[in-house]
Amino acid sequence: MGMDLNTKLRKFHQAKWDEPIIFELSRPGERGVLMPTADPGIEEAVGDGISSLPSNMVRKDPPALPELGQMQVLKHFLRLSQENLGADLNVDIGQGTCTMKYSPKINEQFATAPKFTEVHPLQPEESVQGILQIIHELDLFLREISGLDRFSFQPGGGSHAILGMASMVRAYHETNGEGDQRDEIITTIFSHPSDYSAASVLGYKVINLYPDADGMPDLDALKAAVSERTAALFITNPEDTGIYNARIVEFTQAVHEAGGLCGYDQANANGILGITRAKEAGFDLCFFNLHKTFSSPHGCGGPGSGALGATESLRPFLPVPLVESDGSGYFLDYDLPSTIGKIRSFYGVMPAVVKAWSWIRALGAEGLEEAARVAVLNNNYLFRKVMEIRGASAPYAEGRHRIEQVRYSWEKLFEETGVGTWDITCRLADFGMHMWSSHHPFVVPEPMTLEPTESYSKAELDEYIAVLEQVSKEAYENPELVKTAPHRSVTRRPGHDTLDDPDKWAVTWRSYLKKCAEGKRDRI
Amino acid sequence: MKTIGLIVNPIAGMGGKVGLKGTDGEDTLARARTLGASPESPRRAAEALRALGPVTERLSFLTAPGEMGEKVLRRLGEDPVVLEMEVGDRTFAHHTGEAAARMRARGVDLLLFAGGDGTARDVVAQVEDQVVCLGIPTGVKMHSAVFAVNPPRGGELAAEYLFGDAEHTRTAEVMDVDEQALGEGHLSATLFGYMTVPFRRGHVQGLKAGTPEDERAVQRAIAGGIVRRMEDGVTYVVGPGTTTAEIMGLLGLDFSLLGVDLVRNRTLLGRDLSEQDLLDHLGEGPSSIIVTPVGGQGFLFGRGNQPISARVVRRVGRERLIIVATPDKLSSLRGEPLRVDSGDAETDQWLTGYYRVASGFSDCSIYRVAAT
Amino acid sequence: MSRDKPMVHPYIPNSVPEVQAEMLGAIGAASIDELYQDVPEHLRFRGTMNLPEPLIAESDLKRHVNRILAQNTTCGENLSFLGGGCWQHYVPAVCDEIQGRSEFLTGYAGEPFEDHGRFQALFEYESMMAELLDMEVVNVPTYDWLQAASTSIRMAARITERGEALVADTISPERLSAIKNYCRGIVKITAVGRCPDTGRLDLDDLRAKLNENVACVYFENPSYLGCIDDQGQLISNLAHDIGALSVVGADPISLGVLTPPSQYGADIVCGDIQPLGMHMQFGGGQAGYIATRDEERFVMEYPSRLFGIESTSEPGEYGFGDVTYDRTSFAHRETAKEFIGTATALWGITAGVYLALAGPQGMKEVGQTILQNSLYARKKISELEGARLRFPGAHFFKEFVVDYGPAGKSVQDIHTRLVNEGIFGGVDLSATFPELGSAALVCVTELHKKDDIDRFVEALGDALQA
Repeated sequence: MGMDLNTKLRKFHQAKWDEPIIFELSRPGERGVLMPTADPGIEEAVGDGISSLPSNMVRKDPPALPELGQMQVLKHFLRLSQENLGADLNVDIGQGTCTMKYSPKINEQFATAPKFTEVHPLQPEESVQGILQIIHELDLFLREISGLDRFSFQPGGGSHAILGMASMVRAYHETNGEGDQRDEIITTIFSHPSDYSAASVLGYKVINLYPDADGMPDLDALKAAVSERTAALFITNPEDTGIYNARIVEFTQAVHEAGGLCGYDQANANGILGITRAKEAGFDLCFFNLHKTFSSPHGCGGPGSGALGATESLRPFLPVPLVESDGSGYFLDYDLPSTIGKIRSFYGVMPAVVKAWSWIRALGAEGLEEAARVAVLNNNYLFRKVMEIRGASAPYAEGRHRIEQVRYSWEKLFEETGVGTWDITCRLADFGMHMWSSHHPFVVPEPMTLEPTESYSKAELDEYIAVLEQVSKEAYENPELVKTAPHRSVTRRPGHDTLDDPDKWAVTWRSYLKKCAEGKRDRI
Repeated sequence: MKTIGLIVNPIAGMGGKVGLKGTDGEDTLARARTLGASPESPRRAAEALRALGPVTERLSFLTAPGEMGEKVLRRLGEDPVVLEMEVGDRTFAHHTGEAAARMRARGVDLLLFAGGDGTARDVVAQVEDQVVCLGIPTGVKMHSAVFAVNPPRGGELAAEYLFGDAEHTRTAEVMDVDEQALGEGHLSATLFGYMTVPFRRGHVQGLKAGTPEDERAVQRAIAGGIVRRMEDGVTYVVGPGTTTAEIMGLLGLDFSLLGVDLVRNRTLLGRDLSEQDLLDHLGEGPSSIIVTPVGGQGFLFGRGNQPISARVVRRVGRERLIIVATPDKLSSLRGEPLRVDSGDAETDQWLTGYYRVASGFSDCSIYRVAAT
Repeated sequence: MSRDKPMVHPYIPNSVPEVQAEMLGAIGAASIDELYQDVPEHLRFRGTMNLPEPLIAESDLKRHVNRILAQNTTCGENLSFLGGGCWQHYVPAVCDEIQGRSEFLTGYAGEPFEDHGRFQALFEYESMMAELLDMEVVNVPTYDWLQAASTSIRMAARITERGEALVADTISPERLSAIKNYCRGIVKITAVGRCPDTGRLDLDDLRAKLNENVACVYFENPSYLGCIDDQGQLISNLAHDIGALSVVGADPISLGVLTPPSQYGADIVCGDIQPLGMHMQFGGGQAGYIATRDEERFVMEYPSRLFGIESTSEPGEYGFGDVTYDRTSFAHRETAKEFIGTATALWGITAGVYLALAGPQGMKEVGQTILQNSLYARKKISELEGARLRFPGAHFFKEFVVDYGPAGKSVQDIHTRLVNEGIFGGVDLSATFPELGSAALVCVTELHKKDDIDRFVEALGDALQA
């Protein structure tokens, strides 16, 4: 029997292979792949190669890697893959702020085609016109989407793009002779934590703005914060609460009047494509995560890409090279007088560029706007439904619609039942659903952030809601069931008993075996 | 096997239902009884104990006689070890203190006490920050940040702390309000000490950015930044609080835990000073005030640091105010401003506005200060 | 023929008008526009984004993209000797198979129970890298070697509480650029010279520059210019003698045959795992590793994620989680900790598959074949008139430097002629290392056959004489 279409609850069970660690599967002598050996003529001419090395540079003991036949390696990793709940399989709307959406399979075909994968970044430009065209066109597309004037694809993710923005801010003020004086970057608590940490890594003092009682960043606080020391404002809008800051222009104006720059964290821009842009809001810099809004898959945590955009006046500070076109072809332009140099090797995470570009090519202007509008429709539908669930609430902006996501709170459920966010996260896994548990900083108690992008059908949203309803019901009727979950996931609750103790933690198998042998920890 | 120490203040909370602000003092309690109040505390303590759940099998209990813990445990079918101490029909603050002191001496893994601010104050006086404690909220006043959300959550937190994933603790201020003064319409809160309490962290496995830090580390970072920026020749008025304590600790000074101290050129000019002491010193050159909001309500002045009076603040100057607070502390205010209650309405008004609050080594937050 | 109904895009199921009406009804809104009530009119974009007409049929999209990609000439179609940070090595089919699995490809940040697979796969990656490197702690990979080297230097600065790094000047220019950007104002970067004959670190220069403020000495082995430095232990000792750390960048595919840096005193080892199963992807397959011993003072300074093995509430069951999540620097905090974010986890999983397939034998085989092939190519090229080996006394692994100066020709000129023969010559160093003359960095891997090398040498000889 298939799932009960009335209750919308699946009798789910995730694959559990109880798979050993790969070292435990090793059988000395087995081979997973044979590597090519040097042609006889070569060996004749130069010998075994190894004797050419200085003796102290010849490895004495071979690395103790596992030894398995090829099918055994394949099987092991296929089993591990089955023990992973990817976005292709679940209704992945519980990973709020991360914009989990469909990553079209056709784009994977492009990104795995030899015509792309077997291209070296330092080939002559004439031999890479295809990929250069794709990079250049994506730059043009993002200019239309943001209103800014030029994009670099060098950063390898959103946090990396923030590092890029901060580096450009520094270069800009140094050029104006204000590098030492302008040492503060302002951000908000509901902006991504990397706006804070990636800015401070360059030595900037970071000034945080707290939300007012309505959850909005406090404009008066910003006005109190700006000064001749202000280097920049890094801000998200809408913030992680899903509330759009309608006064954003007043923010960017106040910073500009003080001589600072404004960087727009558009890691997630999924609700506002074609609706509102960085340019009109007064930003000098922005970035988009191609692995969020623009559909490149997340790959268990990368490779990602943070496309970094700038106005014309900040173009000279972008990382090199940029891809330009002179009408007859595409070329790499290293001639940026004030460039911050390199953030990442070569030109960035090209597979993400190819996929994002292809996604935009498939949707066009109207399609992009429709994606945004449906993401917002989905979100507000879900919002209405979640608010009907016992124990759930959404702080701030009561009665207002949200953009692409909502930060909810299970505070009431926790107070009444003892079941909190973490327990719900664990229990959702029993229904094949995911809800992530990180919402730092913990401004909202027992938080839950849902972001139902345009990819999910109404039936899928209803299924997610049904599961949340069920878990809430269980919390009131049988809280132990929830608090001992998961019951049908790959493993049970993690123990957290060895991860913080230097005597016991083990980041590698050899470390684990050593600590077990020394009696510092027990074998599992 | 782990041991929970249990102290129930049976009369805590009796005033609440009959409209009184607490049960400190014989007269208030007598009035409460006259008004028909009955003990709430044992019932709520039982709720917390029941919520310990199955781990109860792995627990032993050490408690005070009779209504102070023994009875409620026996009603739940437990067989606690009972401290030998004389408790008559009426329990007093010194009974709470005695039980707490003996539990500290014998060693318990967690001290659960059912009561309010007054009970917390009696406990902390004996155990200081050396025993992990958790308050089961049964009192009327609960300004101290040492109480669970409600009794069942308190029981669960206790179980999680003793047997669960992570043994996080934090230090929290124990505050109490002078009830008599409160009855007369003005609030006078005093800081009585720092208690170590279990701390339910948000679970953060699904990390995507920035490693969060524990609060103590942030406090150290703040302190490091403040000490680095201290200027020679400036007299610093340092108020009480866990964050300011880190500053004094870093300076290696023998500071007063609960009082107001003076520092100049990294040496202690005076400890546990009165308003007048402060004023006497503040004539001599530039000065500055280092304060942190204490307790749960975000008060900068007027709660626990009364010597830093309106006159002191005016003498030092608004722009010489150094406010320190961890991001967690500011977050816990949920958008409400920091408050000042200096005892002088005009000064309070003069103090309102936006301030830089030091919230990291060199980082800060902009936060609003409002009059009460 | 045009479509007679409003387009419902396959990527946007709730574009169906009836569904939208139903959902709006549930919300109590008249239109989707109403949901944007908080975006004020002056910020509403009322223009049209100037984007090309969409290729809505998947077949049209495929045709279009394939036509564009067809303009690329690949290293499969041409013979390539390009390296310099992105290398053409063999990618076993099982690597591609696992990397393409939906569960891994589209996974992200699930909890340890439901995403047990990625935790285990990355723990195994860390573990196998640790065997290869003979180290005990390896991070979940960061963006690339640029970031790994930058972070390793910042870690060293935090651990030693010092503010200068001595960096071998044989480093790749783009790595140096990234390190300088990342460290500016916090760690001073000072170059250390090289020996012109062997390409090894100039120990006299190193001794002269070592001082009490030096946090670490950073060198690469083999270096960007291909040379192997056998003075590793000496360099590490000199660093340790003044309380500095030894930080070494190493190519993991060399470590089946070369001594791992930990065995000559390295405290932190970093590099790029692209050679271990990642296609070149026009430079998109990079991912950085950082490895240390299992000592608290090192572990606490990693900004990266470290997946560790632990128990679960089910006795005997393996679980995983983040080791020491609250990693905090208790050192003086003038310099903040670094950040982490979405980086390159999938490449880490793939490298794990590569190492599991290769095993100890495979790593030795591949290293030895590379060595032999490059020795052969270098020998043949050295016999050409008009070509001069730079660092003639160097030991090397897969890359070496050739100067075309004696032929009086620019690298560009030579390479253009080679391209006409279907060959991508090496990386042109004439702009980045002008002191080496008209020089190119030639890379030879296990994929080259004798015929390939002979063809290259012959074409190069012709180009030099032309």
